Order: sequence, then structure tokens, then C-alpha cells
Amino acid sequence: MSASLERGIHAFKEAIDGPVASFFSSCVHCGLCAHACLFYTETGDPKYTPIHKLEPLRRVWKQEYTFWGRYARAFGLSKPVTDEELGEWETLVYDSCTMCGRCSMVCPVGNDIAYMIRRTREGMAAAGHAPEGLIGASRRAVTIGSPMGVKLPALEAQIRHLEQEAGLTIPVDLEGADYMCLLSSMEIMNFPEYIGAIARIFKQANVSWTISSEAFEATNSGIQIGVSEIAAELVQRVVDAAEKLQVKAVISPECGHAYMAIRWEGPNLIGKPFSFQVMHIMEVLDQLREEGRLKTTGKEKQRLTYHDPCQIARRGGVLEQPRNLLNIVAEDFVEMPEAGKMNWCCGAGGGVSANERADELRLRVFNRKKSQLDAVRAEGLVTACSNCRIYLEEGLEEYHMDIPVTGLTETIAEHLVEEGEGGER
Amino acid sequence: MMTETQLLVWLRGPALQVAIAIFVVGVAVRLLEVLVLGRKADLAEARGSAVAGGMRTILMRSFPDRATLQRAAFTEITGYIFHIGFFVTLLFYAPHILLFNSALGISWPALPTPVIDATAVVTIITLVAVLIHRLTNRVMRFLSRFQDYLVWLLTILPVVTGYIAFHRIGVTPPILIAIHIISVELFLIVFPFTKLMHAFTLFMSRYYNGAIAGYRGVKS
Repeated sequence: MSASLERGIHAFKEAIDGPVASFFSSCVHCGLCAHACLFYTETGDPKYTPIHKLEPLRRVWKQEYTFWGRYARAFGLSKPVTDEELGEWETLVYDSCTMCGRCSMVCPVGNDIAYMIRRTREGMAAAGHAPEGLIGASRRAVTIGSPMGVKLPALEAQIRHLEQEAGLTIPVDLEGADYMCLLSSMEIMNFPEYIGAIARIFKQANVSWTISSEAFEATNSGIQIGVSEIAAELVQRVVDAAEKLQVKAVISPECGHAYMAIRWEGPNLIGKPFSFQVMHIMEVLDQLREEGRLKTTGKEKQRLTYHDPCQIARRGGVLEQPRNLLNIVAEDFVEMPEAGKMNWCCGAGGGVSANERADELRLRVFNRKKSQLDAVRAEGLVTACSNCRIYLEEGLEEYHMDIPVTGLTETIAEHLVEEGEGGER
Repeated sequence: MMTETQLLVWLRGPALQVAIAIFVVGVAVRLLEVLVLGRKADLAEARGSAVAGGMRTILMRSFPDRATLQRAAFTEITGYIFHIGFFVTLLFYAPHILLFNSALGISWPALPTPVIDATAVVTIITLVAVLIHRLTNRVMRFLSRFQDYLVWLLTILPVVTGYIAFHRIGVTPPILIAIHIISVELFLIVFPFTKLMHAFTLFMSRYYNGAIAGYRGVKS
């Protein structure tokens, strides 16, 4: 056994806990998970059946953690997992799964398949079978501080631009602020309007906030690739910065996996609870709305619908807030079929967007989103994840659909009551 | 050489006891294998209750969401029918209740025999349909291994042999009953080593699934 395979098998063993053992014990090969997966529904290829993507992990569980399996292996009845097999499974585990977790919602015996994919990736990465794109992103995240290679000067330039052009104040390294905002590289590079939007909203609502120059990146490639050591290091940077600035809460931006990383995996990765709260920007804005601190005027006239980012809604629990918010600024807000906790993924989550090899497949399965959008004849699409956003735009273009995509925070900011106007609506 | 009666006595006595012992010990070992692995405490701040979420999913996962029901109607509907049919014939046929009563000392009302008879027929037809579906459906055939067909056989055999014994088709009744009991003992013996275990582990799986989601404030 090669050293890398040995590392991989060891990581698989480490990844197996009670839930995993229970899930594998329960699977009856009914195939229902296939119908929940856009990679299956849009291709009809049975190899994309979610539970099949876990075959290497299942074999390690059976051989290492079942009475029967240990003997079967000793007598040569059950073959150990090979390096070739892991190579074969690499595309199934990384290219054709966004860890959206839809399958976990329909499995009749209750298997949380996405939970197991996350764990399978630990073994795959340790065995050296992770996609190049994700390896590069993880390396940049550790060495540069951002998976896209965005450095502090780039953020500073955007901040300067926003402060000069729009006359906004964007506090950096403000000690004792209530909130510390994280950003995704994609927001800094592609959607700086998000930064402008929070600056305007927080100014109006009189919220004390800051951005840390030491830990502004919200995304976590370590989770997408499946290397907990990297994931923990990236979380620790945020924790250190939040503690240094003594903030009450850290705000996760419009990015699905960033939220999963810091809100739900974060404390578990570093092995201790946080001394601060973690909130998604949707939760913060909805709280401001509830407190009457979010004053808006006018409504969007066109028919708008909302795309739930998987890690924020189904896997993250932020479901009502974006709807409450959209309703105050949209006249004709319609829900797509299966919206909310059963929403269909954009196809680019879970590191798929960082993995160029998966591009063609990703665009093919976007057909699922197209059907969902067609059903409501939406004239505008709003979401709360810049990764979803950029790949929704790409998918819509590929399918010749002329539907503008916007971030919810910006949509709210566009309807803020301007200072001096003072109108209550 | 054993007489038919001696065979029946042996099957109903020592053989059944051994089968039940393997079943009980085997199931206990398999459940312990899962439980000893355990689960680390979640250090993230909870949004909802893990326990409530787990309990909810144990119950609610018995009912599919509407879209899944439409997308996989055959799997869903046949799944319900054969599971319910299997348990109705097992638990509500008068002679079975007598057996449970003699072993466990508890009793409950039986369903009229014609109802059990019809249920058995429906269950058998459904299980045959389930097998054909497994052999012809792309996803199911792709996923299926030897064990999937083995457990199908072990599930249908008690129902078929029971039906034949009741209607006294073919050889003498003691032999028919003997074959029926053998099929049940086979089912019990193989149960802990196969995915028949799902009958027990699904409660743990649903709990874990619902607890993970419930902790985050999601109803799974």
C-alpha cells in the first residue's frame, strides 16, 4: 500500500462515526436519492446516484467497523479499497456533488448523504485524489489568505473607491465594534456593491461594525476539498481577529459555504465554542427589520423570485429571513416550486465552481434550475450567495435566459430611505 | 430418520430458539457497533433542538415529500404496500398471535382470515413487482448487489410458504408448516448480517439526520 493510500484509508477510518455507521447499515438500495440529485435527474446516468458516490467510504466502514466485514476481509472475501478505485471515484465525489444535501432530505431511512460526502472528501484529499482546482484554491487560501488570491491591497483599493465615489465610511480594524464583517473574494472582486450596500444599511440603522485587515476572507476551501487541518487554520484566523477586535458577532456574507464553515463547522474544527456569535447577513438584516431600524421606500415592480443557497437554507437554517426581507422591497415576489429547504442547487456549490474539470457537467445540470425558473416565469432572480450568483448568471447565459441576478443585500440597499428624506413606508 | 411430527417439534423448539438467539444477539451486536462509534458533541451554538429534530424526523421520514412521491411513485407505493402487507400478515394472523402469546404472554385481536389471505396475495404480487422493478430500473439495477436479491428472497419466502401452507397446496400439511418455519428461521438467522438490519437502524439514522438538521433549525 502506498503511503498516500494509507493516509487516505486512515482518514476514511477517522471520518466514520456513529451516524455514518448507522447510515450505511440502513441503506436498502432503493435509489430514491437519485431522484433528489440534479446530477442524476439532468443526465439520467445512474453512476450519479448519491449513495453510490460513497462506495469507498462504505467499504472501509464495512471492513473496519463491522464484525462480519472484518472476517470477510481476513478470508479474502472483501477486497480492500485501491488507489485506482479512489482515482475513479474522484470525479463522483468532487465534480458531481455540490454537497447540497437534497438527497439527505428524501432518503426514507434517513441517511444524511451530504454529511458522508463531506467526510469522504477527507479521505480522498488525504489519498491525493482531490481536483487540481481545489488544491490550488486551498493553497492560495493558506498562503495568500484567499482562494482567488485576493490580497489586502485589493480590498483596500475597493474600500477607497467606495469611500471616495459614494462618500461612504467603511471602518477597518475598529476595536470594540459590535459586528465584524467577513467577505468572500468573489464579493471583493466581482460584487463590491455588496460592501457598499452593507455600509449604507449599517449607517442608516446606526450599526457599529468593522472589517478586519487580518481576516476578511469568509470562504473556506479546506471544507470544500476536505482537509480539516486547513479548514481549522482558516477558521482560527477569523477567531483571532474577532477576539482581537473584541466584537460581539461575526457576520458571514452572501456566501453559502462560508456560512457553513464559520457558523456550523467552525467551533467543531478548532475544538472549542466561539466567544462571539456568528450570524448570516440575512439574519442581521432581518433583525434590523424587526427592530424597525431598516427603513425602505418603494418596491421592485418586476416579478422576483428567490434562490435559496443550499448551505444557507437547507444546511444552514436561514429560511424565513430572506423572504421577510424580500417582501418589504418586492411587489411581486413568487416562490419557485420546491423553494426553501427543498430548493435545487445552482450546481456550483461545494467546490464545484473551483474545479474547472466540472464546468461542462455543471452547465448541463443547470437545466434543473432552468425548469424551476421557467415554472414561475421570473423576471428577476435574487439570491444571497455570490458563488450561486455568478454561476446562476453563467447558467442563464448558457441557456439564453434573460433574467438579471442580484444579491438580496444590495436589493435592500437600493430601497433605503435616503438621509433627509425621513419618510416611513 | 425423523418423522414429520418430530421434524416439526424440532423446528418449533430448538431450531427456533437458536434462530431467535442468533437474531437477538446479532441485532444487538450490530446496534452496539454503531453506538460505540458515537458522535462528537456539537460545539456550534444551537439554533434549534437536536432531540426534537431527531424525533420529528423519525416520524416524518415515513412520509415522502410530494415531489419525490411523483418522481418515484412506483418505488414509494410498492414500498408502502409490501412493508404494510408483511407486517399485517405477521402480526394479525390468528395462529401467529397464538404463537406470540405462548412465547411472550401477550395477545391482541386478529384480523379475519380472508383479510389476511388477501393481504398475503397482495404482498406477494407486490414483492414480485418490486423484484421486476429492481431488475429493470436503471438506478436500482446499477445499485443492486447479490445481497439485495438475497434479502428479497428471504422476505418473500415466509409469505409464500405461509400462503401455501394455509391453502394446503401440494404435500402434507406438516411438511408445509415445516417449510414455512424453516423460511422464517432463515430470515431470522440472516437478518443481522444483512441490510434487513435497516428495520432497526433506520430509527438511529433518522434520528441522527433530524438531530443534525434540527440543531441548525431545519426540519429535515
